[in-house]
Amino acid sequence: MRILGIDLGTTNSAIAVSGTDEPAHPVGVTQVVGPGETAERPTLPSFLLLPTENEVTPPQLQLPWSGPLRYCVGTFARERGAELPHRLVSSAKSWLCNPSIDRTAQVLPFRGAQRELEAEMANGERVSPVNASARYLAHLRAAWDDANPDEPADEQEVLVTVPASFDPVARELTVVAAREAGFEKITLLEEPQAAFYAYLAARGEQWRKDLKPGDVVLVCDIGGGTTDFSLIEVADEAGSLSLERIAVGDHILLGGDNMDLALSAIVQRDLDKQLDALQQRALVHACRRAKELLLSDDAPATVPVSILSRGSKLIGGTIKAGVKREQAEALLVDGFFPVVGAEAKAERRRSAGLREMGLPYAHDPAVTRHLAEFIGRFGRMPTAVLFNGGVMKAHKLRTRIVELLRTWTGNDVKVLAGADLDLAVALGAAHYGSVRRGKGIRIRGGTARAYYIGIESAMPAIPGFAPPVKALCVAPQGLEEGSTVELPDDELGLVIGETSTFRFFAAATRKEDAAGALVDADEEGIVELDPVEKLVAADGERKPGDLVPVRLEAHVTEVGTLELWCVARDGQGRWKLEYSVRERE
Amino acid sequence: MHPWLAFLCFFRLLFGRKLPAEAAKFLPEDVQPKQLPAKVAEPSAKPVDKIAERPADKPVEKKVPIGQHHREGALALLALLQREGRFVDFVRDSVDGASDADIGAAAREVHRGCRKVLDQHLSFEPVMPGAEEEKVTVPKGFDPAEVRLIGEAKGEPPFRGTLRHHGWRVVDAKLPQLAEGIDRSVIAPAEVELSA
Repeated sequence: MRILGIDLGTTNSAIAVSGTDEPAHPVGVTQVVGPGETAERPTLPSFLLLPTENEVTPPQLQLPWSGPLRYCVGTFARERGAELPHRLVSSAKSWLCNPSIDRTAQVLPFRGAQRELEAEMANGERVSPVNASARYLAHLRAAWDDANPDEPADEQEVLVTVPASFDPVARELTVVAAREAGFEKITLLEEPQAAFYAYLAARGEQWRKDLKPGDVVLVCDIGGGTTDFSLIEVADEAGSLSLERIAVGDHILLGGDNMDLALSAIVQRDLDKQLDALQQRALVHACRRAKELLLSDDAPATVPVSILSRGSKLIGGTIKAGVKREQAEALLVDGFFPVVGAEAKAERRRSAGLREMGLPYAHDPAVTRHLAEFIGRFGRMPTAVLFNGGVMKAHKLRTRIVELLRTWTGNDVKVLAGADLDLAVALGAAHYGSVRRGKGIRIRGGTARAYYIGIESAMPAIPGFAPPVKALCVAPQGLEEGSTVELPDDELGLVIGETSTFRFFAAATRKEDAAGALVDADEEGIVELDPVEKLVAADGERKPGDLVPVRLEAHVTEVGTLELWCVARDGQGRWKLEYSVRERE
Repeated sequence: MHPWLAFLCFFRLLFGRKLPAEAAKFLPEDVQPKQLPAKVAEPSAKPVDKIAERPADKPVEKKVPIGQHHREGALALLALLQREGRFVDFVRDSVDGASDADIGAAAREVHRGCRKVLDQHLSFEPVMPGAEEEKVTVPKGFDPAEVRLIGEAKGEPPFRGTLRHHGWRVVDAKLPQLAEGIDRSVIAPAEVELSA
């Protein structure tokens, strides 16, 4: 059995493989790249196009292993989708962890406030965030199976990476998506850990020379759409080095796409011509290329950019522009990565009145403020940094982060040489598979957060005051996969024939709360998640309205998901609490 | 080898299809990219006869007329260059009377797009190593299909001369696979932007 590492990314997905005596290596993905054209590409862009037959004909979307298709994922979906934005699903993964929508409902492509699209959408297909993710996974699976007919993907060991910041619901939904794609059994792995495994795989035993006990490694992962931080601590355990993931950051919707957009807006301001939507997109692409050049070590003063006319006549109709190094540095380095103090915090604008529904993009574009806040929250100063994600290809951005870390910590900060920044997560996931088989060092971590169930305090009703809510810790931080926590008896009960709903909370900074601890729900660091619920139907023994006293059990599965169980105190039954995916205020 | 078979093989290789059965017989045993000095080219043992020797019951692809594959492949490559680099627009446009700056501005993007097509699908290497305008030796047993001699070659190789162009060899070609039943003659569809 081989090991498949799948990076199910916000903007790009990738797959890597490893096996016995087979070091992890990336696998190309065959996909539609033009109408009626398929080819292998290193990654699969995470875009899903759902066109009508007037827009794209099904034979144009067929794959080597399929007949004509009515949808398309990958390169052509992204390219053609730019012309059909109302048919294009993008950032499905960010929707997967967005509680303001029902994540199993068919809400994508997201319409938002664009009511005029309603009629246009009427004849178009829509899918749920779970289904969109499932289609990316299904494509990766089919492409693998086509190339390896004797080793079908669902018979291999499959690891799928998720952001460290994914809550239990988003993790559960990723497993559901994988099942929908035909992967019966998968294991989840946090992306920053995967990036670290890729580093370990690339360095071999050399890493023991790079790092020493007491080192704290910041994994700084900035991709196209999201920013993710984690801290991994190196310790000495009975004479040998051990690794433990000690902190994970929030899910920050801020990434390279924001930077390319911002740069293109500045360039566009200096143009004397109006650009149409597609030319604007061409400009954004040009700015992405210019960005990497302008933020490299020996950057030219200006990178010329040409935007071709839309018609068949090119010469004379081309719009000329230039992106200046100072512009790029001022905007990208000082705008997105400003020099800030260690005490800085990301700004959170109060939403004024009604806010348009959609993805909760970060308000503060300053990555360094998010970073300072993350480090400040955990009070652990990194001594080394490992970069990941396409944005970190830019030399000057890496330099800025390292300089800031040195200033904040007052010490030197070592930069670890990572693997390919676009493929590291998939490679690391494939490598982790062999680690699980006993080859190489494992990062310990367990659950990144502690989880709590809300319990209303019993107290006399006071007009105008909601009864204070206590949070009962059901799963402490750092609970390892495969372990179960049984809670001491509490006055909890399920009502037969009704849906019992429990408020559900998480905290990333409360290591001290043990299972069974009862704290105030509004204490520092505790955030509310979607509720959990269970409907227990009446049976012969129990009548509707009966109250069944239960105690709680938390179980972290081998897959990497968290399950909460209610166990009847009389021993007559146990029920798994379901995560609510319904939309919430 | 028949010229049509050569074309067919070329485009099928380019576009990732399987080679026609009759071509397999012409494949050299050593499919590694050859480096100079080349082996003495063995005169192929009457390929035409070999085709004639083919057992009659061997399956032969006959669905599509042979010339069709060639045409389809050429059109698909052109569509790719047009889509990524606006190649046809650029070459069909008139440069008479246009300023070098205007041509240059368009050429920059055309170059980028066409270069991307080459980089993504083909890898090249010089046929003859060494810097151009330097003296080189054409070894004994060289392949005249790989090295074009300019001027009179006296006697037998090795020959001494100046490398004017190092040549290009495609060492790897991975062009898109083409779905059947699609009219490739439309290399760029008309674009109509719908009014709101």
